Amino acid sequence: MSSDGNGNGAEHSRPDPLAAPYREREQSVTLERVGHGPAAATEQLEPETELFTINLGPHHPATHGVLRLLCTLEGETVLDVKPIVGYVHTGIEKSMETQQYWKAITFVERMDYLAYNFNAQAYCMTVERLLDEPVPARGEYLRVIHCELNRIASHLFWLGTSALDIGAITMMWWALRERDYVLDLFEMSSGQRMHTRYIQVGGVIDDIPPGWERKCREFLELFPARIDQYEALLDKNEIWLQRLKNVGVVSPERLRELGVTGPLLRAAGDPWDLRKAMPYSAYSDFDFQIPVGTVGDCYDRYRVRMAEMRESARIVEQALDGLPEGPYITTNRKVALPPRHELATSMEALIHHFKLVTEGFRVGPGEAYCAIESPRGELGCYILADGSAKPARVHVRDPSFVNLQALPEMSEGGLIADMIANIAMLDPILGGIDR
Amino acid sequence: MPDATGLELLAQRIRGAVADDAVVGTAYQHGQAMLEVAPARVREVLTYLRDKDEEPYEQLLSLHGVDYLPEEPRLGVHYQLLARARRERLGVKTRVTVEDPVVPSVVDIFPTANFHEREAFDMFGLLFDGHPDPRRILLPEDYEGFPQRRDFPVGGEPVLFTHNEHKYPRWYE
Repeated sequence: MSSDGNGNGAEHSRPDPLAAPYREREQSVTLERVGHGPAAATEQLEPETELFTINLGPHHPATHGVLRLLCTLEGETVLDVKPIVGYVHTGIEKSMETQQYWKAITFVERMDYLAYNFNAQAYCMTVERLLDEPVPARGEYLRVIHCELNRIASHLFWLGTSALDIGAITMMWWALRERDYVLDLFEMSSGQRMHTRYIQVGGVIDDIPPGWERKCREFLELFPARIDQYEALLDKNEIWLQRLKNVGVVSPERLRELGVTGPLLRAAGDPWDLRKAMPYSAYSDFDFQIPVGTVGDCYDRYRVRMAEMRESARIVEQALDGLPEGPYITTNRKVALPPRHELATSMEALIHHFKLVTEGFRVGPGEAYCAIESPRGELGCYILADGSAKPARVHVRDPSFVNLQALPEMSEGGLIADMIANIAMLDPILGGIDR
Repeated sequence: MPDATGLELLAQRIRGAVADDAVVGTAYQHGQAMLEVAPARVREVLTYLRDKDEEPYEQLLSLHGVDYLPEEPRLGVHYQLLARARRERLGVKTRVTVEDPVVPSVVDIFPTANFHEREAFDMFGLLFDGHPDPRRILLPEDYEGFPQRRDFPVGGEPVLFTHNEHKYPRWYE
C-alpha cells in the first residue's frame, strides 16, 4: 500500500497535535518531494514512474455522499482504488433493536435515503413472513405503485447528479423537476415527500386520496415524453459518449462473483431481476420487460436505467388500471391499527389501538431473510425475532454496499476522469452503505 | 427454496460428501430453508454447495453476523446462498462462542464476502481466519468494542456537542 506518502516522523513520539504547526501534522504531505527540500537538488525525479497517493473525498461533490477513495495514481492513470466508508455510520441496525417492529420502519427508511419505500417494503415483507401475515391485494398494488414511483424518483435523482458529474448541468434541473412531481404524489398520499412511512406491516397506512389517481395518470402521460427529451439531450451527445463509452467494463461473471446486482449487472447482459426471477408482492400480475445491456460499460448502465424508468411507468399504469377493491391493510387487529372511526364506538378497537401503540405486536421466535429488487439491486432484510415486540437483530443487505466492491475493478487502469464516471454510474448511496 | 424434504436430502448429501459432523442441524421455518454447519467445516460445505452438489448454489448474496444473546454459543454467521438457475435460496449458518469467535474466511471462494466479513468483524468481533484485509470497515479503526453485540449498551458512548464539549477535555486526542 502507500507507505511512501506516510513519510518521516511517524516513528518518534508524536507531539501535542494542536501545538504542532499544520504542515507537520499533515503527514500525507512530504515536503522534500515537491522540490523545496535539500533532496531536490541531488535527486533526479522520474515523473513517469512516480506514484502519487491521493485522497478523493470524503467531502467531494462527485463521490455522491461521504465516500472516501484512497487512489494511487501514476500521472492521471488510476492504479489502485481503496474505498473507505463509514463516515455516515449511524448505527441504524443497532437502534432498531430498541424499537418496536412498527416503529423501526422509520429507521429502516433512512438507510437508502433515495429508495425509502423499498427499504420499508423489504423490512415489512420480512416481518410479515415471520408473522405469516398475508397482505390484501389492494395493499400489494399500492405498494407496487409507490415502489415503482420511488424507483423513478431514485433513477431521476441519479440521472441528474450523474449528468452533473459528467458536466451536463441541464439534466440536473430537468430530472429534479420530474422527481418533484413524484414527490408531490407521495406528499398527497402519505403527507411526506421523502421517508413517507407509507408501507406498513400488513399493507399500507392509508388508501390513496381522491384525485391521486388522476394526478398520477397525468404524470404517467407526461413522463415518457420527458424521457424522450432527456435521451434527445444525452443519447448522442458527443461529450456524453466520449465519457461513458467503453468505460468501466467488467465481465458479467466477475460481477456475479463480486455479488453485484441490479442495473449494473443487467447492463453487462445478465437479465437478473428479482421482480421477474422470483416475483414478490404483486409483480407477477404485470407485463413489463427487463432491459439489458450488451457491453457492460457506463453507457449501457445509463441506457438500462433510462429504459427501467419507462418500464416502471408502465407498471404503475397497469397497477392503477387493475387496482383491486377491498382493504388496503390487513384486517388482523393484532397487527394493524383499527380504523380511526371505530375507536369511538368499539371498546375492542380501543383496546387493540392502545396495545398496538404502547406495546406493539409480538413476533414469535424465528428468523427470516427476504429480498426485493431496489433501484440499485438486491435489497435483502434479515430479522431475528426472539418472541418480544422488538427485533433481536435486523440486518439489511444493502446493494450499494456490495456494489461498491466492484468500483476498484471498474476503475483500475483507467483515467481518473473515468473513475468519476464509474462512481456516477455505480450510483452508490452512502446512507445505505454505512447504515 | 428447497422444501423440508429437499433440505434433509441436501443435508444427507453433505454429510456423505464432506464429513459426518459437517451439518449440525436443519431448520425449515416460514418457507425458508436453513442449514446449520460446524464452524470448522464452513469452507468445505460452501465449496461443496457451490461446485460439486447436484443442485448447486453458485452465488453468495449476503453474509452477516448475529448475536443470539441468551443462547449458547452466542454468535452466529449467516450465509445467504442463491441458485440462479433454479431460483432457490438457501441459508447456511454457523455458531461460535464469544470466547473463540473464529470462523474461516470464504473470501477466496466468494469474493463478495470481503466487505461483509469486515462488517461482521466490525460489529460482532467475529474473526475471519484467512481474510485478506481484516480491518474495521464502518467504525473508526481505534474504536473499542463490538457495538452490535447485544450486551453492548445503546447510548453508552458520549455524543459530543458544542454545549457539552467542556465535559470531555482533550477529546480530540
